Amino acid sequence: MSDTKIFDEMWGRNETLRDPYAGFQSWFEGEDLKRLRAKQREAEEVFRLTGITFNVYGRSEAEERLIPFDIIPRVISGREWQKLSKGIEQRVRAINAFLHDIYNRQEIIKAGRIPLEMITRNEAFLPHMMGMCPPGGIYTHIVGTDLVRTGDDQFYVLEDNARTPSGVSYMLENRETMLQMFPELFSKNRVQPVQNYPSDLRRSLAACAPPACDGPPTVAVLTPGIYNSAYFEHAFLADQMGVELVEGHDLRVVDGRVAMRTTRGYQPIDVLYRRIDDDFLDPLNFNPESALGVPGIMDVYRAGGITIANAPGTGIADDKAIYSYMPEIVEFYTGEKAILENVPTWRCSEPDSLAYVLDNLSELVVKEVHGSGGYGMLIGPTSSKKEIEAFRAKLTSRPSNYIAQPTLALSTVPIFTKAGLAPRHVDLRPYVLCSPEGVNITPGGLTRVALQKGSLVVNSSQGGGTKDTWVLED
Amino acid sequence: MLGKTANGLYWMFRYLERAENTSRLVDTGQRIGLTRLGDADDEWTSVMQSAGVIEGYDAHYDETSKDSAIDWMLRSRDNPSSVLSTISEARQNARLVRTALTGEVWEALNGCYMATREALKRKVSERDLPAVLGLIRQRTALVRGATHGTMLRNDIYDFARIGTFIERADATARILDVKYYVLLPSNFSVGSSIDNVHWETILRSVSARGGFRMAYGSQVNARDIAQFLVLDKRMPRSLNFCVSKIYDNLAYLGSDYGAKFPSMDLAEALVNRFNAHDIDAVFEYGLHEYIQNVLTSLRQLGGQIEQDYRFYE
Repeated sequence: MSDTKIFDEMWGRNETLRDPYAGFQSWFEGEDLKRLRAKQREAEEVFRLTGITFNVYGRSEAEERLIPFDIIPRVISGREWQKLSKGIEQRVRAINAFLHDIYNRQEIIKAGRIPLEMITRNEAFLPHMMGMCPPGGIYTHIVGTDLVRTGDDQFYVLEDNARTPSGVSYMLENRETMLQMFPELFSKNRVQPVQNYPSDLRRSLAACAPPACDGPPTVAVLTPGIYNSAYFEHAFLADQMGVELVEGHDLRVVDGRVAMRTTRGYQPIDVLYRRIDDDFLDPLNFNPESALGVPGIMDVYRAGGITIANAPGTGIADDKAIYSYMPEIVEFYTGEKAILENVPTWRCSEPDSLAYVLDNLSELVVKEVHGSGGYGMLIGPTSSKKEIEAFRAKLTSRPSNYIAQPTLALSTVPIFTKAGLAPRHVDLRPYVLCSPEGVNITPGGLTRVALQKGSLVVNSSQGGGTKDTWVLED
Repeated sequence: MLGKTANGLYWMFRYLERAENTSRLVDTGQRIGLTRLGDADDEWTSVMQSAGVIEGYDAHYDETSKDSAIDWMLRSRDNPSSVLSTISEARQNARLVRTALTGEVWEALNGCYMATREALKRKVSERDLPAVLGLIRQRTALVRGATHGTMLRNDIYDFARIGTFIERADATARILDVKYYVLLPSNFSVGSSIDNVHWETILRSVSARGGFRMAYGSQVNARDIAQFLVLDKRMPRSLNFCVSKIYDNLAYLGSDYGAKFPSMDLAEALVNRFNAHDIDAVFEYGLHEYIQNVLTSLRQLGGQIEQDYRFYE
């Protein structure tokens, strides 16, 4: 990695200011570092008071943490965005078509493009969904497509989060904070707005109302409760959409509908934006221990009494083993080549690939097929011999649990440090809404940044921060 | 509105009111102790009785002392009614009902929580006590002000108000009950310094020394104090005032929902009871019995509201 120069989104590879950052740079040159330091502290105060915190599991209320926020915006040009959004739309349409196919006729398997075991042996596959078509034919209503960049024109999809992607409240609050702190920046740069996301989300969800709905659709957000790490986001989205935030114990099945207990009695819900995992959704059909879900909701769902967003069983489309087939999946359902590239991926379940991976562990990134949050993975180039050997043992004992990818030279963007600007690695998660009315992508998304110098891990659980992400009007 | 949300609002404002009442009682205890008008330790016992926290205190401490009483009432996590516990609970409920609150109310409450938690991190020294109590008063007042100034007058507001006034009526009733023996007719004589201590305690506990002077003049007597705290509708902490507010808000809810619930009947009966009596009749009935009666009615009313508006399953 050290022999190729890393691409910086502000300065390119050879210290030439790139166009999208011109407006920012002319502002920054006129700024006083002391004032900016004060602004950075001010931002933290705003976040704390607004309560934009996440809970650390199993700790008391004293353990609410802030995700660090960096005040330097990340800038993407309108032209760059156009290509990205086309690629994302293509990919998300393919994912919905794939899910429909997998839970119905399974043409892609019959055509021999994906091995049957990939589905039947997959923990995320939900037999309850076989033969079922959700309202509007939409399975994944809200997608967070993780992208990374390695060059001027080189983007890769790292993950398709098709279950319950989180973080969108940070996208919105980051922008809100920036607008308050640096209004002058926004008069100088024409930045595409993100503020419509909550109303877009509500409209998109309402457009997927089930057959049983016979009026303006009632939408609600289902949260596991105030101790969940993302509770702030659940409350934020419900508040911004103007819908109820419900927990499992507020709900029950009444006359074939899922209804919420209000001060005026039970009222049916048409579309439920659930932020709990499949397994906890319905103690009668899935995990019987679950106190978070609604007994019988799956039966109401199958009978057309409610829309669940995202649909149960969407996880089959975003695990890391299926990911390696995404180029084939896109081509199979859209008839076009994928616009966005996949990171080359070795499936360790295949003997040849496994042999290659074992030989090259010190250069690869190895991930668990169902892992998330940056846990349980090996980053070869930054790991010690001992760590690599320990991982080798895990890998050989259960190869099918892993995939491997080359270590990408992730792009950097400037963050604000005590000494001024300094480059740090980033990724990008745009938020995508799907409904029968179409695909809606909010310009920008959430930029996660590894705050430690040289680090490639951007996850908030591991010391990552976030930034406001600008898409310029060209 | 979700039943759970109504419940959360009700308790958020009950806890907030309780935090305020507790800090006022601590202030009273401190003040009486300093002026050495009476036996300070006795005074702390009666302050903790008024706050309804004496049983927990006795289970945790062997003897009554000013320092441990203040710590118990302000900071102890083992005391569910300490200022720290109640403000944390208020915030927890606010998080639960976040979607029903305006941004300003939430931020005022979150700010109140952050500031009090910081101020109550360590034992509060005598020197810092006035500033800490002042901070609690200001911060809770800010939440009340934001609520008053930014919330829609709908069912959300009604549940917030009902919680506030049930808690307040309960607090005033308990203060009166702890001191009821001072207010008995046999003690109607005025002037002795012992009596002054009690009266001052009572009036300070409800932040009403100025108000009382304004309404009744500077001559303090037991009958007037009882009249003031039980029946006087100008006094925002009197039982009559609180009960009439509870009634008003239940009536708004009723017309909003187009239904008359049993809780409305209970509130109506309470209101009528206050309107029918003058203070002499109350003394005739027995002040202690009368207050016990009111406390029981308030508990019943609270329970009925929970049922009527489906707070729980």
